[in-house]
Amino acid sequence: MKAWLPALLRLALVVLLVAFLTNPGWFEPLLKPLTENNAPVIYNQGSLLTLTLLHLRTVLLATLAATIVAVALAILVTRPAGAEFLPLSRSLVNIGQTFPPVAVLALAVPAVGFGEWPTLIALFLYGLLPIFENALTGLTTLPANVVEAARGAGMTGWQRLIKVELPLSAPIILGGIRLSVVIGLATATIGSTVAAKTLGEVIIAGLLSNNLAFILQGGLIVAALAVLIYDGLSAVERYAARRMGREAE
Amino acid sequence: MIEIEGITKRYDATTVVDDVSMVIEPRTVCVIVGTSGSGKTTLLRMINRLVEPTAGIIKLDGADNRSVPGYELRRSIGYAIQGHGLFPHRTVAQNIATVPVLLGWDKDRIKARVDELMTLYQLDPQAYGPRYPHELSGGQQQRVGVARALAAEPNVLLMDEPFGALDPIIRTKAQEDLLAIQKRFGTTIILVTHDMEEAVHMGDKIAVMDAGKLVQYAKPAEILANPASSFVETLVGASERPFRLLSLGRVRDAVEIGSAEGEAIPGDASQRDALAELLWSGRPALPVKGTDGKPLGRITVDGLVKRAARPA
Ligand SMILES: Nc1ncnc2c1ncn2[C@@H]1O[C@H](COP(=O)(O)OP(=O)(O)OP(=O)(O)O)[C@@H](O)[C@H]1O
Ligand SMILES: [Mg+2]
Repeated sequence: MKAWLPALLRLALVVLLVAFLTNPGWFEPLLKPLTENNAPVIYNQGSLLTLTLLHLRTVLLATLAATIVAVALAILVTRPAGAEFLPLSRSLVNIGQTFPPVAVLALAVPAVGFGEWPTLIALFLYGLLPIFENALTGLTTLPANVVEAARGAGMTGWQRLIKVELPLSAPIILGGIRLSVVIGLATATIGSTVAAKTLGEVIIAGLLSNNLAFILQGGLIVAALAVLIYDGLSAVERYAARRMGREAE
Repeated sequence: MIEIEGITKRYDATTVVDDVSMVIEPRTVCVIVGTSGSGKTTLLRMINRLVEPTAGIIKLDGADNRSVPGYELRRSIGYAIQGHGLFPHRTVAQNIATVPVLLGWDKDRIKARVDELMTLYQLDPQAYGPRYPHELSGGQQQRVGVARALAAEPNVLLMDEPFGALDPIIRTKAQEDLLAIQKRFGTTIILVTHDMEEAVHMGDKIAVMDAGKLVQYAKPAEILANPASSFVETLVGASERPFRLLSLGRVRDAVEIGSAEGEAIPGDASQRDALAELLWSGRPALPVKGTDGKPLGRITVDGLVKRAARPA
């Protein structure tokens, strides 16, 4: 009885989210009490569905780029030849994380103009650290005698990386990606302050016109996306961990 | 032939392997014994260059082992790592196929070889081939580790405590299988073990290591009879010596003329087993039969006791 309850809740959330995005009108009575003076209840300056898809696209692109760069960097600094760059790359990535995304946006706009780019840059920088740290952990905590066995079998450095080290680190790297995506989903909303098409637009519109219904629907969609994607990626991660024989960890 | 010439390995100031020289004849089994930390694994790993020596040369069939790239050298040498080291994300069949895949064998040949080895090690290819290492028992994992080392039919096989996790029955079986494979393919085997019993049983020669030095390198009978130092004597186990000496000989070589009552013992059983049987059955003598079942003579307690005594 307990086992299917979470699955049922998730399913309900998916159904609710899809229903809201495709037929927001159905939910008008629910949100009506939150508005005053006959203000519009459902966001009316664009389709919620389109905004959601654009929001997801921005996060996806930024995370993809962050994953490629972070994993490549982690691979580089865990090779004997790149070991001396470990401290340097660590601090670089840390700066990316500590720099507030809003400041990144402000700095990026003069350089690349308004639109999606400043947001992509901010999300990319913000997403690097969790993926890099996890990839580093994954690649440096591999079972020593498995890696030695790979060497003993006559694999070249490249073959060891592709056939053994990356697959065995995959679950941990996925964990980093998951964190990065969830942070990115929330952070992407502020991109709308510099004209990126994200769900932040709905929230900002609500703030400007003092419309609580807008703020709530924008926030709830982002939250629902975050929960579902977090769950989905956790499941992928567990599957990968099982496949890599690392479930005990 | 493996020629180890003045091999030394130092990590910073500590010398882990100290000026070791020895020659391992082709198609023989050389067993390395010694206490923990005496440098056995390090010496073994310098043969396939998983560890680069600080000084000295190792030649394989006359050629310096540094004359080919390390990874190529290692594909030609079987290596069963201490504690199996199976790839957890690959099935048993994929694990065994590792080196053949690296060598670019075609699919059918790989499959045939994997099936052959799994059958040899009593792992049904259908049932166990698709399993992952964590779905096997410790002993099964170890056998897969050995099968992986053997997969590409290497001429030289390095084995680091390959039978450590096996129960006595499977262990004896695995030793017999390995010796059979060794005879059939003429493999040169270098095997590290802590088990003196295993060393005496398996080794054509035994190398005893102590604190990085090779203290004795000789035939088992010689090591038992004339230990080079008190260290070797302790390692050999003074109280076990006569029995180990007997375990080296076959009953057929101790047969005396005459007959005896009771169930006959086969001529190719070890003299140690014969003594055990004599003591247990409380008889002074037992009949001996050949492989064809014909009587060869008898074996006596007195005769065996003489043979177990320190050689002059
Ligand atoms: N990479 C290394 N760096 C520094 N010291 C090392 C390294 N590898 C091994 N040693 C040291 O060398 C010594 C010999 O190690 P080795 O693994 O060869 O011993 P061993 O005889 O195989 O022991 P065991 O029977 O426990 O497996 C040990 O004291 C070990 O700590
Ligand atoms: Mg060892």
